Amino acid sequence: MKRIILEKKQVDLILTRICHQLVELHGDFENTALIALQPRGPLFGRAIKQKLFDLFRINTEYGELDTTFHRDDFRRTDKPLIPNKVNIDFPIEGKNIVLIDDVLYTGRSIRAALDAINDFGRPDAMELVTLINRKYKREVPIQPDYVGENVDSRNDDYVKVEWENDECQVWIITDKHQ
Amino acid sequence: MSLLSTKHLLGIKQISTEDIELIFKTAENFKQVINRPIKKVPTLRDVTIANVFFENSTRTKISFELAEKRLSADVVNFSSGSSSVKKGETLIDTVNNILAMKVDMVVMRHPAPGAHQFLSRHIDASIINAGDGTHEHPTQALLDAYSLQEKIGKLKDKKVVIVGDILHSRVALSNIYCLQKLGAKVRVCGPPTLLPKHIQSLGIEVSYDLKESLAWCDAANMLRIQLERQEDKYFPSLREYSLQYGVNKELLSEINREIVIMHPGPINRGVEISSEVADSSDSIILDQVENGVAIRMAVLYLLAGSNSEK
Repeated sequence: MKRIILEKKQVDLILTRICHQLVELHGDFENTALIALQPRGPLFGRAIKQKLFDLFRINTEYGELDTTFHRDDFRRTDKPLIPNKVNIDFPIEGKNIVLIDDVLYTGRSIRAALDAINDFGRPDAMELVTLINRKYKREVPIQPDYVGENVDSRNDDYVKVEWENDECQVWIITDKHQ
Repeated sequence: MSLLSTKHLLGIKQISTEDIELIFKTAENFKQVINRPIKKVPTLRDVTIANVFFENSTRTKISFELAEKRLSADVVNFSSGSSSVKKGETLIDTVNNILAMKVDMVVMRHPAPGAHQFLSRHIDASIINAGDGTHEHPTQALLDAYSLQEKIGKLKDKKVVIVGDILHSRVALSNIYCLQKLGAKVRVCGPPTLLPKHIQSLGIEVSYDLKESLAWCDAANMLRIQLERQEDKYFPSLREYSLQYGVNKELLSEINREIVIMHPGPINRGVEISSEVADSSDSIILDQVENGVAIRMAVLYLLAGSNSEK
Protein backbone atom coordinates (compact mmCIF):
# COMPACT_ATOMS: atom_id res chain seq x y z
CA MET A 1 0.00 0.00 0.00
CA LYS A 2 1.25 3.46 -0.88
CA ARG A 3 0.13 6.38 1.25
CA ILE A 4 1.19 10.00 1.18
CA ILE A 5 2.61 11.31 4.46
CA LEU A 6 3.68 14.80 3.43
CA GLU A 7 1.96 16.87 0.76
CA LYS A 8 3.86 19.49 -1.24
CA LYS A 9 2.35 22.28 0.81
CA GLN A 10 3.42 20.62 4.07
CA VAL A 11 6.98 20.21 2.84
CA ASP A 12 7.05 23.88 1.95
CA LEU A 13 5.90 24.78 5.46
CA ILE A 14 8.54 22.47 6.92
CA LEU A 15 11.22 24.17 4.83
CA THR A 16 10.07 27.55 6.12
CA ARG A 17 10.07 26.33 9.72
CA ILE A 18 13.53 24.74 9.48
CA CYS A 19 14.96 27.91 7.90
CA HIS A 20 13.59 29.97 10.77
CA GLN A 21 15.08 27.55 13.29
CA LEU A 22 18.44 27.68 11.49
CA VAL A 23 18.46 31.48 11.39
CA GLU A 24 17.52 31.64 15.06
CA LEU A 25 20.73 29.81 15.87
CA HIS A 26 23.10 30.79 13.07
CA GLY A 27 22.08 34.42 12.48
CA ASP A 28 23.33 35.65 9.13
CA PHE A 29 25.27 32.43 8.49
CA GLU A 30 28.58 34.30 8.50
CA ASN A 31 30.45 31.32 9.93
CA THR A 32 28.01 28.57 8.93
CA ALA A 33 27.85 26.43 5.81
CA LEU A 34 25.36 23.85 4.55
CA ILE A 35 26.60 20.46 3.37
CA ALA A 36 24.13 18.05 1.81
CA LEU A 37 24.82 14.32 1.64
CA GLN A 38 24.86 12.50 -1.69
CA PRO A 39 22.99 10.98 -3.34
CA ARG A 40 19.56 12.22 -2.13
CA GLY A 41 20.40 15.00 0.30
CA PRO A 42 21.28 17.67 -2.30
CA LEU A 43 17.68 18.15 -3.51
CA PHE A 44 16.60 18.97 0.04
CA GLY A 45 19.82 20.93 0.64
CA ARG A 46 19.33 23.14 -2.39
CA ALA A 47 15.73 23.77 -1.35
CA ILE A 48 16.92 24.94 2.09
CA LYS A 49 19.56 27.17 0.52
CA GLN A 50 16.97 28.70 -1.80
CA LYS A 51 14.46 29.17 1.03
CA LEU A 52 17.07 30.91 3.20
CA PHE A 53 17.62 33.31 0.34
CA ASP A 54 13.92 33.86 -0.37
CA LEU A 55 13.03 34.48 3.28
CA PHE A 56 16.09 36.27 4.64
CA ARG A 57 18.28 37.15 1.62
CA ILE A 58 20.97 34.93 3.13
CA ASN A 59 23.41 33.57 0.58
CA THR A 60 25.02 30.75 2.46
CA GLU A 61 27.97 28.60 1.46
CA TYR A 62 26.72 25.28 0.23
CA GLY A 63 28.47 22.00 -0.60
CA GLU A 64 27.69 18.39 -1.40
CA LEU A 65 29.49 15.49 0.24
CA ASP A 66 29.71 11.87 -0.85
CA THR A 67 30.30 9.30 1.87
CA THR A 68 30.77 6.16 -0.25
CA PHE A 69 34.46 5.68 0.55
CA HIS A 70 33.76 5.99 4.27
CA ARG A 71 30.81 3.61 4.49
CA ASP A 72 31.04 0.58 6.75
CA ASP A 73 29.24 -1.85 4.45
CA PHE A 74 31.83 -1.96 1.64
CA ARG A 75 32.36 -5.61 0.61
CA ARG A 76 29.30 -6.54 2.66
CA THR A 77 26.51 -5.67 0.23
CA ASP A 78 25.37 -7.50 -2.91
CA LYS A 79 25.68 -4.43 -5.03
CA PRO A 80 28.94 -2.50 -5.30
CA LEU A 81 28.87 1.04 -3.98
CA ILE A 82 29.28 3.55 -6.77
CA PRO A 83 30.53 6.94 -5.60
CA ASN A 84 28.94 10.30 -6.38
CA LYS A 85 30.41 13.75 -6.86
CA VAL A 86 31.89 15.72 -4.01
CA ASN A 87 31.55 19.45 -4.35
CA ILE A 88 32.93 21.43 -1.43
CA ASP A 89 34.80 24.46 -2.73
CA PHE A 90 35.23 26.37 0.53
CA PRO A 91 37.34 25.67 3.64
CA ILE A 92 35.36 24.07 6.46
CA GLU A 93 38.07 24.51 9.10
CA GLY A 94 36.58 26.37 12.06
CA LYS A 95 33.10 26.62 10.48
CA ASN A 96 29.73 25.54 11.82
CA ILE A 97 28.56 22.84 9.45
CA VAL A 98 24.91 21.95 8.99
CA LEU A 99 24.65 18.47 7.47
CA ILE A 100 21.52 17.84 5.41
CA ASP A 101 19.95 14.54 4.38
CA ASP A 102 16.44 13.58 3.36
CA VAL A 103 15.81 10.48 5.48
CA LEU A 104 17.50 9.50 8.75
CA TYR A 105 17.04 5.80 9.38
CA THR A 106 19.89 3.60 10.65
CA GLY A 107 22.19 6.58 11.11
CA ARG A 108 25.07 4.82 9.40
CA SER A 109 25.37 7.25 6.50
CA ILE A 110 25.62 10.13 8.96
CA ARG A 111 28.35 8.22 10.80
CA ALA A 112 30.19 7.89 7.46
CA ALA A 113 29.61 11.59 6.77
CA LEU A 114 31.16 12.55 10.11
CA ASP A 115 34.26 10.62 9.05
CA ALA A 116 34.27 11.94 5.48
CA ILE A 117 34.00 15.56 6.54
CA ASN A 118 37.22 15.24 8.53
CA ASP A 119 39.11 14.81 5.25
CA PHE A 120 38.32 18.44 4.50
CA GLY A 121 39.29 19.91 7.87
CA ARG A 122 38.01 20.28 11.43
CA PRO A 123 34.74 22.16 11.73
CA ASP A 124 33.94 23.99 14.96
CA ALA A 125 30.59 22.25 15.30
CA MET A 126 28.26 20.10 13.25
CA GLU A 127 24.48 19.78 13.25
CA LEU A 128 22.09 17.57 11.36
CA VAL A 129 18.91 18.46 9.47
CA THR A 130 16.69 15.70 8.18
CA LEU A 131 13.38 15.92 6.36
CA ILE A 132 12.15 12.55 7.63
CA ASN A 133 13.24 10.98 10.90
CA ARG A 134 12.34 7.30 10.79
CA LYS A 135 12.35 6.01 14.32
CA TYR A 136 12.89 2.49 15.72
CA LYS A 137 15.84 1.39 13.58
CA ARG A 138 18.75 3.50 14.73
CA GLU A 139 21.94 1.40 14.69
CA VAL A 140 24.34 4.07 15.95
CA PRO A 141 23.84 6.77 18.60
CA ILE A 142 23.05 9.63 16.19
CA GLN A 143 20.05 11.99 16.47
CA PRO A 144 18.99 14.92 14.31
CA ASP A 145 18.97 18.54 15.50
CA TYR A 146 16.24 19.69 13.12
CA VAL A 147 13.46 17.35 11.96
CA GLY A 148 10.90 17.88 9.24
CA GLU A 149 8.62 15.04 10.27
CA ASN A 150 8.98 12.11 12.64
CA VAL A 151 7.70 8.90 11.08
CA ASP A 152 6.87 5.72 12.96
CA SER A 153 7.41 2.98 10.44
CA ARG A 154 8.06 -0.72 10.38
CA ASN A 155 11.41 -2.05 9.19
CA ASP A 156 9.96 -3.41 5.98
CA ASP A 157 8.23 -0.15 5.10
CA TYR A 158 9.81 2.12 2.56
CA VAL A 159 9.79 5.91 2.74
CA LYS A 160 10.04 7.64 -0.60
CA VAL A 161 10.96 11.31 -0.93
CA GLU A 162 9.91 12.46 -4.38
CA TRP A 163 11.11 15.74 -5.87
CA GLU A 164 9.60 17.31 -8.92
CA ASN A 165 10.52 20.80 -10.10
CA ASP A 166 11.77 21.85 -6.63
CA GLU A 167 8.54 20.62 -5.06
CA CYS A 168 8.51 17.61 -2.84
CA GLN A 169 6.10 15.07 -1.46
CA VAL A 170 6.78 12.07 0.74
CA TRP A 171 5.20 8.63 0.46
CA ILE A 172 5.28 5.64 2.70
CA ILE A 173 5.02 2.27 1.04
CA THR A 174 3.88 -0.58 3.30
CA ASP A 175 3.45 -4.27 2.59
CA LYS A 176 5.50 -3.83 -0.56
CA HIS A 177 5.79 -7.59 -1.03
CA GLN A 178 2.05 -8.12 -1.38
CA MET B 1 25.18 -1.36 -14.91
CA SER B 2 27.34 -0.71 -11.97
CA LEU B 3 29.53 -3.74 -11.57
CA LEU B 4 32.68 -4.85 -13.36
CA SER B 5 32.03 -7.87 -15.52
CA THR B 6 35.18 -9.55 -14.27
CA LYS B 7 36.81 -10.64 -11.04
CA HIS B 8 40.33 -10.08 -12.34
CA LEU B 9 41.91 -7.43 -14.52
CA LEU B 10 43.98 -9.66 -16.79
CA GLY B 11 43.84 -7.52 -19.90
CA ILE B 12 41.75 -4.96 -21.72
CA LYS B 13 40.71 -7.63 -24.21
CA GLN B 14 38.60 -9.38 -21.56
CA ILE B 15 36.73 -6.34 -20.25
CA SER B 16 33.78 -4.50 -21.78
CA THR B 17 33.35 -0.89 -22.84
CA GLU B 18 30.95 -0.46 -19.89
CA ASP B 19 33.69 -1.70 -17.56
CA ILE B 20 36.09 0.89 -18.95
CA GLU B 21 33.53 3.67 -18.56
CA LEU B 22 32.76 2.61 -14.98
CA ILE B 23 36.48 2.63 -14.15
CA PHE B 24 36.80 6.15 -15.63
CA LYS B 25 33.78 7.41 -13.71
CA THR B 26 35.11 5.98 -10.46
CA ALA B 27 38.61 7.32 -11.16
CA GLU B 28 37.18 10.82 -11.38
CA ASN B 29 36.10 10.57 -7.74
CA PHE B 30 39.50 9.27 -6.71
CA LYS B 31 41.25 12.04 -8.59
CA GLN B 32 39.36 14.43 -6.38
CA VAL B 33 40.44 12.46 -3.30
CA ILE B 34 44.15 12.58 -4.17
CA ASN B 35 43.98 16.32 -4.70
CA ARG B 36 42.61 17.02 -1.22
CA PRO B 37 44.74 18.01 1.77
CA ILE B 38 44.04 14.53 3.19
CA LYS B 39 44.64 12.23 0.26
CA LYS B 40 43.41 9.08 1.85
CA VAL B 41 40.12 7.22 2.33
CA PRO B 42 39.55 4.23 4.62
CA THR B 43 37.68 2.10 2.07
CA LEU B 44 40.03 -0.90 1.74
CA ARG B 45 41.18 -0.98 5.34
CA ASP B 46 40.31 -4.68 5.67
CA VAL B 47 41.99 -5.68 2.40
CA THR B 48 45.55 -6.91 2.01
CA ILE B 49 47.23 -6.58 -1.35
CA ALA B 50 50.47 -8.20 -2.51
CA ASN B 51 52.51 -6.48 -5.19
CA VAL B 52 54.34 -9.33 -6.83
CA PHE B 53 56.92 -8.14 -9.32
CA PHE B 54 58.92 -10.69 -11.28
CA GLU B 55 60.27 -7.90 -13.45
CA ASN B 56 61.70 -4.48 -12.67
CA SER B 57 59.37 -1.55 -12.39
CA THR B 58 59.59 1.91 -10.91
CA ARG B 59 56.55 3.96 -11.74
CA THR B 60 53.97 1.18 -12.05
CA LYS B 61 55.01 -0.22 -8.70
CA ILE B 62 55.05 3.17 -6.98
CA SER B 63 51.74 4.06 -8.60
CA PHE B 64 50.05 0.84 -7.45
CA GLU B 65 51.54 1.14 -3.99
CA LEU B 66 50.35 4.73 -3.63
CA ALA B 67 46.90 3.76 -4.90
CA GLU B 68 46.72 0.93 -2.37
CA LYS B 69 47.92 3.09 0.50
CA ARG B 70 45.51 5.89 -0.35
CA LEU B 71 42.71 3.36 -0.11
CA SER B 72 44.10 2.29 3.29
CA ALA B 73 44.85 -1.27 2.16
CA ASP B 74 47.66 -3.24 3.80
CA VAL B 75 50.44 -3.71 1.28
CA VAL B 76 53.17 -6.30 0.98
CA ASN B 77 55.83 -6.04 -1.68
CA PHE B 78 57.61 -8.91 -3.28
CA SER B 79 60.25 -8.85 -5.96
CA SER B 80 61.66 -11.95 -7.52
CA GLY B 81 65.27 -10.86 -7.18
CA SER B 82 65.35 -11.52 -3.46
CA SER B 83 62.95 -14.45 -3.26
CA SER B 84 62.59 -18.21 -3.33
CA VAL B 85 61.90 -18.04 -7.05
CA LYS B 86 65.67 -18.14 -7.37
CA LYS B 87 65.60 -21.38 -5.41
CA GLY B 88 63.34 -22.99 -8.00
CA GLU B 89 59.87 -22.38 -6.63
CA THR B 90 57.04 -22.43 -9.18
CA LEU B 91 54.75 -19.47 -9.84
CA ILE B 92 51.67 -21.16 -8.34
CA ASP B 93 53.60 -22.17 -5.22
CA THR B 94 55.01 -18.70 -4.78
CA VAL B 95 51.62 -17.03 -5.10
CA ASN B 96 49.80 -19.65 -3.03
CA ASN B 97 52.30 -19.17 -0.25
CA ILE B 98 51.63 -15.45 -0.29
CA LEU B 99 47.88 -16.06 -0.34
CA ALA B 100 48.13 -18.51 2.57
CA MET B 101 49.05 -15.47 4.63
CA LYS B 102 45.51 -14.13 3.97
CA VAL B 103 46.15 -11.81 1.07
CA ASP B 104 43.03 -10.71 -0.82
CA MET B 105 44.40 -9.32 -4.06
CA VAL B 106 47.53 -9.78 -6.13
CA VAL B 107 49.04 -7.13 -8.38
CA MET B 108 51.54 -8.95 -10.55
CA ARG B 109 54.11 -8.20 -13.21
CA HIS B 110 55.61 -11.20 -14.94
CA PRO B 111 57.89 -11.61 -17.98
CA ALA B 112 55.80 -14.47 -19.41
CA PRO B 113 52.79 -13.43 -21.52
CA GLY B 114 49.67 -15.11 -20.13
CA ALA B 115 51.13 -15.74 -16.66
CA HIS B 116 48.12 -13.98 -15.15
CA GLN B 117 45.56 -16.00 -17.09
CA PHE B 118 47.28 -19.16 -15.97
CA LEU B 119 47.34 -18.04 -12.36
CA SER B 120 43.70 -16.90 -12.40
CA ARG B 121 42.64 -20.46 -13.13
CA HIS B 122 44.39 -21.75 -10.04
CA ILE B 123 43.85 -19.23 -7.26
CA ASP B 124 40.87 -17.49 -5.65
CA ALA B 125 42.21 -13.98 -5.07
CA SER B 126 41.65 -11.16 -7.55
CA ILE B 127 44.58 -10.70 -9.89
CA ILE B 128 45.53 -7.42 -11.49
CA ASN B 129 47.93 -7.53 -14.39
CA ALA B 130 50.68 -4.93 -14.02
CA GLY B 131 52.33 -6.13 -17.22
CA ASP B 132 52.89 -9.61 -18.66
CA GLY B 133 55.84 -9.80 -21.01
CA THR B 134 55.01 -8.29 -24.38
CA HIS B 135 51.30 -9.06 -24.00
CA GLU B 136 49.19 -6.55 -22.01
CA HIS B 137 49.52 -3.75 -19.48
CA PRO B 138 45.86 -2.90 -18.88
CA THR B 139 46.13 -0.18 -16.23
CA GLN B 140 48.56 1.74 -18.45
CA ALA B 141 46.08 1.66 -21.33
CA LEU B 142 43.26 2.78 -19.04
CA LEU B 143 45.23 5.72 -17.70
CA ASP B 144 46.38 6.65 -21.23
CA ALA B 145 42.82 6.70 -22.55
CA TYR B 146 41.53 8.48 -19.44
CA SER B 147 44.20 11.20 -19.71
CA LEU B 148 43.55 11.65 -23.41
CA GLN B 149 39.80 11.85 -22.85
CA GLU B 150 40.39 14.47 -20.17
CA LYS B 151 42.33 16.54 -22.70
CA ILE B 152 40.30 16.15 -25.91
CA GLY B 153 36.89 14.81 -24.81
CA LYS B 154 35.17 11.57 -25.77
CA LEU B 155 37.41 9.36 -27.88
CA LYS B 156 34.77 8.17 -30.31
CA ASP B 157 36.07 8.75 -33.86
CA LYS B 158 39.24 10.42 -32.54
CA LYS B 159 42.44 9.32 -34.24
CA VAL B 160 45.36 8.01 -32.26
CA VAL B 161 48.71 6.85 -33.57
CA ILE B 162 50.97 4.61 -31.51
CA VAL B 163 54.55 5.14 -32.58
CA GLY B 164 57.66 3.04 -32.17
CA ASP B 165 58.46 -0.37 -30.81
CA ILE B 166 55.09 -2.09 -31.18
CA LEU B 167 56.69 -5.53 -31.36
CA HIS B 168 58.04 -5.53 -27.82
CA SER B 169 55.36 -3.37 -26.27
CA ARG B 170 52.61 -4.55 -23.94
CA VAL B 171 51.43 -0.96 -23.72
CA ALA B 172 50.69 -0.93 -27.45
CA LEU B 173 48.43 -3.98 -27.44
CA SER B 174 46.45 -2.86 -24.38
CA ASN B 175 46.15 0.63 -25.86
CA ILE B 176 44.84 -0.73 -29.16
CA TYR B 177 42.13 -2.77 -27.42
CA CYS B 178 41.19 0.07 -25.09
CA LEU B 179 41.04 2.79 -27.74
CA GLN B 180 39.03 0.56 -30.07
CA LYS B 181 36.53 -0.25 -27.32
CA LEU B 182 36.07 3.49 -26.80
CA GLY B 183 35.45 3.99 -30.51
CA ALA B 184 38.74 5.65 -31.51
CA LYS B 185 40.53 5.01 -34.78
CA VAL B 186 43.95 3.53 -34.18
CA ARG B 187 47.07 3.43 -36.28
CA VAL B 188 50.52 2.08 -35.49
CA CYS B 189 53.64 3.60 -36.96
CA GLY B 190 57.23 2.46 -36.81
CA PRO B 191 60.01 0.74 -38.72
CA PRO B 192 58.80 -2.51 -40.35
CA THR B 193 61.12 -4.54 -38.14
CA LEU B 194 59.35 -3.27 -35.01
CA LEU B 195 55.78 -3.84 -36.22
CA PRO B 196 54.43 -7.36 -35.66
CA LYS B 197 53.32 -9.23 -38.78
CA HIS B 198 49.53 -9.33 -39.31
CA ILE B 199 48.90 -6.56 -36.80
CA GLN B 200 46.35 -5.15 -39.30
CA SER B 201 44.14 -8.09 -38.35
CA LEU B 202 43.31 -6.21 -35.13
CA GLY B 203 41.45 -3.73 -37.32
CA ILE B 204 44.04 -0.97 -37.20
CA GLU B 205 45.99 0.96 -39.80
CA VAL B 206 49.70 0.53 -40.31
CA SER B 207 52.08 3.21 -41.48
CA TYR B 208 55.83 3.57 -41.83
CA ASP B 209 55.71 7.34 -42.26
CA LEU B 210 55.76 9.32 -39.03
CA LYS B 211 55.14 12.75 -40.52
CA GLU B 212 52.10 11.60 -42.45
CA SER B 213 50.78 9.80 -39.35
CA LEU B 214 51.20 12.88 -37.18
CA ALA B 215 49.30 14.94 -39.75
CA TRP B 216 46.50 12.33 -39.60
CA CYS B 217 46.09 11.97 -35.85
CA ASP B 218 44.60 13.83 -32.85
CA ALA B 219 47.07 12.23 -30.45
CA ALA B 220 50.37 10.41 -30.70
CA ASN B 221 51.48 7.90 -28.10
CA MET B 222 55.27 7.67 -28.35
CA LEU B 223 56.50 4.32 -27.08
CA ARG B 224 59.89 3.77 -25.58
CA ILE B 225 62.46 1.82 -27.52
CA GLN B 226 62.80 -1.27 -25.33
CA LEU B 227 66.47 -1.99 -25.73
CA GLU B 228 66.36 -4.54 -22.92
CA ARG B 229 63.92 -6.74 -24.84
CA GLN B 230 65.73 -6.49 -28.17
CA GLU B 231 68.09 -9.39 -28.65
CA ASP B 232 68.67 -8.68 -32.34
CA LYS B 233 69.33 -5.44 -34.13
CA TYR B 234 66.03 -4.06 -35.36
CA PHE B 235 67.41 -0.79 -36.72
CA PRO B 236 70.91 0.42 -37.64
CA SER B 237 71.40 2.91 -34.80
CA LEU B 238 69.51 4.93 -32.22
CA ARG B 239 70.46 8.05 -34.16
CA GLU B 240 68.87 6.73 -37.31
CA TYR B 241 65.76 5.65 -35.40
CA SER B 242 65.50 9.09 -33.87
CA LEU B 243 65.80 10.77 -37.28
CA GLN B 244 63.03 8.59 -38.76
CA TYR B 245 60.68 8.03 -35.83
CA GLY B 246 61.56 10.58 -33.17
CA VAL B 247 59.16 13.46 -32.65
CA ASN B 248 60.63 16.94 -32.23
CA LYS B 249 59.49 20.54 -32.35
CA GLU B 250 60.41 21.10 -36.00
CA LEU B 251 58.38 18.11 -37.10
CA LEU B 252 55.36 19.24 -35.10
CA SER B 253 55.52 22.77 -36.48
CA GLU B 254 55.70 21.37 -40.04
CA ILE B 255 52.46 19.42 -39.73
CA ASN B 256 50.57 22.54 -38.70
CA ARG B 257 48.03 20.69 -36.57
CA GLU B 258 47.55 20.61 -32.83
CA ILE B 259 48.06 17.13 -31.49
CA VAL B 260 48.42 15.67 -28.02
CA ILE B 261 51.70 13.94 -27.22
CA MET B 262 51.71 11.00 -24.84
CA HIS B 263 54.41 8.72 -23.52
CA PRO B 264 54.08 5.82 -21.07
CA GLY B 265 57.57 6.45 -19.68
CA PRO B 266 60.35 6.06 -18.94
CA ILE B 267 61.38 8.53 -21.66
CA ASN B 268 64.51 8.13 -23.73
CA ARG B 269 64.96 11.86 -24.21
CA GLY B 270 66.32 12.62 -27.67
CA VAL B 271 65.42 9.17 -29.04
CA GLU B 272 61.65 8.76 -29.49
CA ILE B 273 60.85 12.24 -28.22
CA SER B 274 62.85 15.45 -27.87
CA SER B 275 63.06 17.25 -24.54
CA GLU B 276 61.32 20.30 -25.98
CA VAL B 277 58.28 18.27 -27.00
CA ALA B 278 58.21 16.18 -23.82
CA ASP B 279 58.13 19.33 -21.68
CA SER B 280 55.78 21.32 -23.93
CA SER B 281 52.12 22.13 -23.31
CA ASP B 282 51.09 19.61 -25.99
CA SER B 283 52.43 16.82 -23.84
CA ILE B 284 50.25 15.17 -21.19
CA ILE B 285 53.01 12.89 -19.89
CA LEU B 286 52.81 14.06 -16.29
CA ASP B 287 48.99 14.03 -16.35
CA GLN B 288 49.29 10.38 -17.33
CA VAL B 289 51.38 9.72 -14.23
CA GLU B 290 48.97 11.57 -11.94
CA ASN B 291 45.93 9.86 -13.43
CA GLY B 292 47.70 6.52 -13.05
CA VAL B 293 47.16 6.61 -9.30
CA ALA B 294 43.46 7.51 -9.65
CA ILE B 295 42.85 4.82 -12.29
CA ARG B 296 44.57 2.17 -10.17
CA MET B 297 42.57 3.22 -7.12
CA ALA B 298 39.40 2.82 -9.18
CA VAL B 299 40.40 -0.64 -10.42
CA LEU B 300 41.34 -1.83 -6.93
CA TYR B 301 38.16 -0.36 -5.46
CA LEU B 302 35.86 -1.91 -8.04
CA LEU B 303 37.52 -5.33 -7.94
CA ALA B 304 37.64 -5.40 -4.14
CA GLY B 305 33.99 -4.41 -3.93
CA SER B 306 32.76 -7.02 -6.34
CA ASN B 307 34.65 -10.13 -5.40
CA SER B 308 33.66 -10.75 -1.81
CA GLU B 309 31.38 -13.74 -2.20
CA LYS B 310 32.09 -14.84 -5.75
